[in-house]
Amino acid sequence: MRIEKDSLIGKSFPKIDAAERATGRAIYIHDLELPRMLHAAILRTDRVHARIVSIDTSAAERLPGVQAVITAKDIDNVPFGHGKDNSPLKGDKVRCIRDEIAAVAADTVETAREAVALIRVEYEDLPPILTPEEALREGAALIHEEKENNVPFTYDYSHGEVSAGERDSDVVIEETYRLPYVAHCCLGTCGIAASFDARGKLTLHSVTQVPFLYLRDMAAIVDVPPEDIRVIQVTIGGGFGSKLDIYPYEPIAVHLARKTRRPVKLVFDRVEEFVASPTRQPTEIRIRAGAKRDGTFTFRDVDFIHDNGGYTSWGATTPFVMMQCFSSLYRVPHVLMKGRVVYTNNPYSGAMRGYGNLQATFAVESSVDLLANELGMDPLELRLRNAQEHGETTGQGLVLKTCGLRECLTTAAERSGWREKRGRTETDRPHVRRGIGMASMIHVGGGAKIYRSDGCGTILKIDDFAGVTLITGASEIGQGSETVLAQIAAEELGLQLDSIKVLNNDTDIRPWDVGVHASRTTFVGGNSARLAARKARRKLLAAASQQIGIPADELDLRRGKVVRDSDGEVLGDLAKVIRALHFAEKHEVVVTSHYYEPPSVMQDRGYKGDISAAYAFATQVAEVEVDIETGVVKVLRMTAAHDIGRVINRMGAEGQVHGGIVMGLGYALSEELHVEGGRVTNPSFREYKLITSPEVPPIDLTLVETLDPDGPYGAKGIGEAPAICTAPAVANAIRHATGGRFTTLPLTPERVFMVLRR
Amino acid sequence: MIEIRFTLNGDTVSASVLPAQPVTQLLRETFGLTGSKTGCGEGECGACTILVDGQAMNSCLLPAALLDDREVVTIEGLDAPDGSLHPVPRAFVDAGAVQCGFCTPGMILRTVAFLREHPRPTDEQIARSIEGNLCRCTGYVKIQDAIRAAAATLEGAAGAREP
Repeated sequence: MRIEKDSLIGKSFPKIDAAERATGRAIYIHDLELPRMLHAAILRTDRVHARIVSIDTSAAERLPGVQAVITAKDIDNVPFGHGKDNSPLKGDKVRCIRDEIAAVAADTVETAREAVALIRVEYEDLPPILTPEEALREGAALIHEEKENNVPFTYDYSHGEVSAGERDSDVVIEETYRLPYVAHCCLGTCGIAASFDARGKLTLHSVTQVPFLYLRDMAAIVDVPPEDIRVIQVTIGGGFGSKLDIYPYEPIAVHLARKTRRPVKLVFDRVEEFVASPTRQPTEIRIRAGAKRDGTFTFRDVDFIHDNGGYTSWGATTPFVMMQCFSSLYRVPHVLMKGRVVYTNNPYSGAMRGYGNLQATFAVESSVDLLANELGMDPLELRLRNAQEHGETTGQGLVLKTCGLRECLTTAAERSGWREKRGRTETDRPHVRRGIGMASMIHVGGGAKIYRSDGCGTILKIDDFAGVTLITGASEIGQGSETVLAQIAAEELGLQLDSIKVLNNDTDIRPWDVGVHASRTTFVGGNSARLAARKARRKLLAAASQQIGIPADELDLRRGKVVRDSDGEVLGDLAKVIRALHFAEKHEVVVTSHYYEPPSVMQDRGYKGDISAAYAFATQVAEVEVDIETGVVKVLRMTAAHDIGRVINRMGAEGQVHGGIVMGLGYALSEELHVEGGRVTNPSFREYKLITSPEVPPIDLTLVETLDPDGPYGAKGIGEAPAICTAPAVANAIRHATGGRFTTLPLTPERVFMVLRR
Repeated sequence: MIEIRFTLNGDTVSASVLPAQPVTQLLRETFGLTGSKTGCGEGECGACTILVDGQAMNSCLLPAALLDDREVVTIEGLDAPDGSLHPVPRAFVDAGAVQCGFCTPGMILRTVAFLREHPRPTDEQIARSIEGNLCRCTGYVKIQDAIRAAAATLEGAAGAREP
């Protein structure tokens, strides 16, 4: 019998966990039950800026079924968060509408909520600061009195000399763009269950995307040694960056569990999810940019302000990613960027898919079309003139070992019929115009070294029957990493996907990983899995060689058999080789491990350096119809070309792109969390408009394979990229259709109508 | 408390319910059927969709008292007695229509009801059929693919049964 060589890489595989989820078996935090478990609820403030005069919890404590009530005075209220400016419960002052005042653990959720409603708080209101402009004003009140000012972080970046770029410019444009608050809208809301065992060790059933950083940070907040904390991720109902930080509700659950000595679960309802979860940063970006007559870009000069809200999360570091766009999306010799993150009494923002790059790319790609207009050039030609080639190093020091930008541009243009459609905006209806617009993006595709390690560990165990358990540090948040990693292990070991079990949710078992962020899991977790599997492969081939008497380098593993590499002739059964190794020969079992660290560097103080092992590129083209009487925009078709390095799971990659584009369409057209007077005024899916199924246009997708030298089989990250350049492509298309300048998202009918009326 | 008797996934069951108690809570807490999800609690997301007398309904808005004498099917009751996947979830799995999966049981039950009414749906009908079910992960593209594939499978099976 012979077995042909075949490969799993690049084929389509349904997610290995899909049936568990589709049949209702998967256990989300909402579904988790632990023996004697209590339910918690949080009292949040109804003020945006106030001193707390008194908190009266007596009525809540008397309510039957209430097991514990805590306020700031009951706990060691350790400061935490990226700016160490947040605390689990607020005792002296509230700084935004989501501030936590007290928490209750009770026998039922209903009782916990009823008790919360009985807590009385007396406040002394302070004047709210509701815009960054007010916060930056001379003499503005300090939102955090212990800080020097209302600007917790500033980011100054430059390469080249902007004044030299200005001298070289034949045209210069300037515009200011305003980007809204948007919410992650994970269908599964946030939650946690905390429990202490008899030895005082803490188990957290969590939805975190970053279990190891979470564990370390949590240890300090709740004063439990980190080695005594076990984080078990339940099935996570969507992440998109929302679970990158610890938020106050999590240590609150731990404090309640400690006080009651019972497991405590706390789950957000939808209103709480909208009001009390992080958002994408609302950002105002002023950009000035120039070009020579032939279209060569000369400079970019950017100023932006993030409305940080009342506290800083990891989201305050989004300027790191924004500067990659400003410095390195197209070749620009002179770039200056000043970013300020400003406290206000608004809800605070966090990490969200794309991590600042949606805002930055909207500004840059809108300005590229403005330049094209000034130059009288086709926007495609202008972009091609400035697109980088493979092997270039950008002004920021990003080394583009592979760069599919040109191929993305030309592919998206060809497949969308760009040249023909660009020439015509009229339709057979006088009030309806057609337009076509494009935008590209650059994003990290090989991890991002913002911690001392950007690595991922894998342990691979093969049982006596050739069943493989892949124990990985990498987390599954619905994106499909589990399946990609299983595919990689199966590929290396010549097995079918069904032979691989993935264990990826328990910090007591898995090796370290930095977490799901920066589109890094396929690249970093994939390389880690691949190298651990290769070690196992070598061990298996050596054992087979000894048993069969043929040199190991003449053998291969295919479909669970040991074969002669040259002709596929089956020489033995892999499971028998393993059992012989275990029981007859050396009494060895096959367990290997590998910790993979990507070849990237931390950036210097000027933010220079090759922060990622690879960079992903994409171009998206939007075709729209605009009703100029009503302002209604219909997206007719999206054409996307994504440089993914190499496809591992085609179905999964397509799913990431589709989902990202539709999220990007929401950002472009409909989504905005309204914050008025510091309060969220549309905390429901009725008023917060997600794109729904009938609004999704046909999406034509090309996955461009540039074969990255360091990626697993050549792959680069794809998680965030698809959401990044959708909105500017749509805005550029609307501009093409109507000639209007669109600087503020979302482009709702009212907004489009008002711009066109001017 | 109100006493009700109804058919739940083929079994006759009874329960005592409060007048305003939502069906989702009854299913999840009394019967342990956690496949019905509460995504919003106000009938906007469809994650709680179940079948009542064959009709897809948002169970979060439905008072449990109204279930008396009705026939309820949840995601847990969809599979064949031999445990094999029903053609609709099968199609969702195979088409890549499941990412985080929180919306999936609701999407599937909505689709089961839709395909009974529209065995040969157009693409536009398919896109509209899940208008009331939100998904943040997939962009709906592969969900629509799954509905199309499930329609073909069910129609093929129906065709095979015809003489």
